[in-house]
Amino acid sequence: MATKVRTRPEESGPADIFYNETEANKYLHSSRMIEVQTSMAERAVEMLCLPEDTPCLLLDVGCGTGLSGEVLEEEGHAWMGCDISRDMLGVAQQREVEGELIHSDMGTGLPFRQGAFDGAISISAIQWLCYSNDEGNPRLRLHRFFQSLYRVLRRGARAVLQFYPQNAEQLQLITASAMRAGFGGGLVIDFPHSTKAKKYFLVLLAGPPDAGFSMPTALGESDAMSVGGASSAASGLGGGAADAGASSSVRNDGRKRHARRAMGSREKSRHGKIAKKSREWIALKKEAARRHGKEVTHDSKYSGRKRSKVSF
Amino acid sequence: MKLLTHNMLMSPGTKNGYPLAIEVEKMETVEAEFNGEFTARMVEKLDYAALLSTLRSLSVETGLPAAVPAEYAGDEVFLKALHHALMEIEILEGYLVCPETQKKFPIREGIPSML
Repeated sequence: MATKVRTRPEESGPADIFYNETEANKYLHSSRMIEVQTSMAERAVEMLCLPEDTPCLLLDVGCGTGLSGEVLEEEGHAWMGCDISRDMLGVAQQREVEGELIHSDMGTGLPFRQGAFDGAISISAIQWLCYSNDEGNPRLRLHRFFQSLYRVLRRGARAVLQFYPQNAEQLQLITASAMRAGFGGGLVIDFPHSTKAKKYFLVLLAGPPDAGFSMPTALGESDAMSVGGASSAASGLGGGAADAGASSSVRNDGRKRHARRAMGSREKSRHGKIAKKSREWIALKKEAARRHGKEVTHDSKYSGRKRSKVSF
Repeated sequence: MKLLTHNMLMSPGTKNGYPLAIEVEKMETVEAEFNGEFTARMVEKLDYAALLSTLRSLSVETGLPAAVPAEYAGDEVFLKALHHALMEIEILEGYLVCPETQKKFPIREGIPSML
């Protein structure tokens, strides 16, 4: 079987061309895609910290087929979604989402009036801004996006943007651009030590610094980290968020975990599997070899024991 | 596109691109569930004058007063009329026209294209 290489669709071309009918239909049928999108949207809504039992008007940037919008509906909010792919919006319409759909390019600015929304979410979309298209270079597109996002949010509203940065430079480019637009807040990284489950959330606060604003805690137990906060918002956003997060304590943490794993692997399994070179493992290997008709030494009380250190 | 959306939309990248004029080719009325709390919340967000002028340009009669009543939160008649105007009138085909640049944005199958 060929090894599966994880590719970045952003490198293949503009979003409106990548998300064609075929790609849009994947979001209609792939339960894996639906599950991932929905869980990220749920996490984003949680971090929006909306007042309870109050229906709000929310914006979904890069709403696609409306999977994230449905999470907003379940919470009892009304939403408007914009996306650059007309095919994705077509699928959203087929799925009869309740939100209002608008075909627009976030890189040219969001087409809404000042203070229209009580909050905004975006799932796996804003990394697309890091690539040029006919409408300008990444810096300009990011600037127009964050400036317009700041404008369309009510003062004191939050925006939670989940995205996939390709490298540290992109992360820096995005967070710096958000800060220049006037946002407070910072980066929350869920499951920072897992390659697959690791998720970047940019949690932004529009308006003046609020004493009641606290950064959400990242998921992933003790390993999780969140960068920035109300008081240190500027430093969190400005000082290269990726590096700022990897302080010495975090690095040590990783090292310890690694060491622990190396020690543990001899004695005990980690995922319910039998540890290599253990007595049980040898017995299993021997059994398998016997089944294949190979000549195998007989089992005894010495099987799997270490050799004596005594030399003769 | 509902009129609530239209009330929030403005021409991207402009300072005075609001409100967008509507050139209707096809519109319809669809029933939507009434949520008094939500409608009352929208009052503070709305540009009420823009909504009234839009309704006039569409020649839709909704019975909305010229100004928002002072005690609108408990005024069910007003909220129901507003709900009808905002949530139940759908523009399916037509154009939005920017008042600043005269640029036309098409609406197709109920989705405005602001590109």
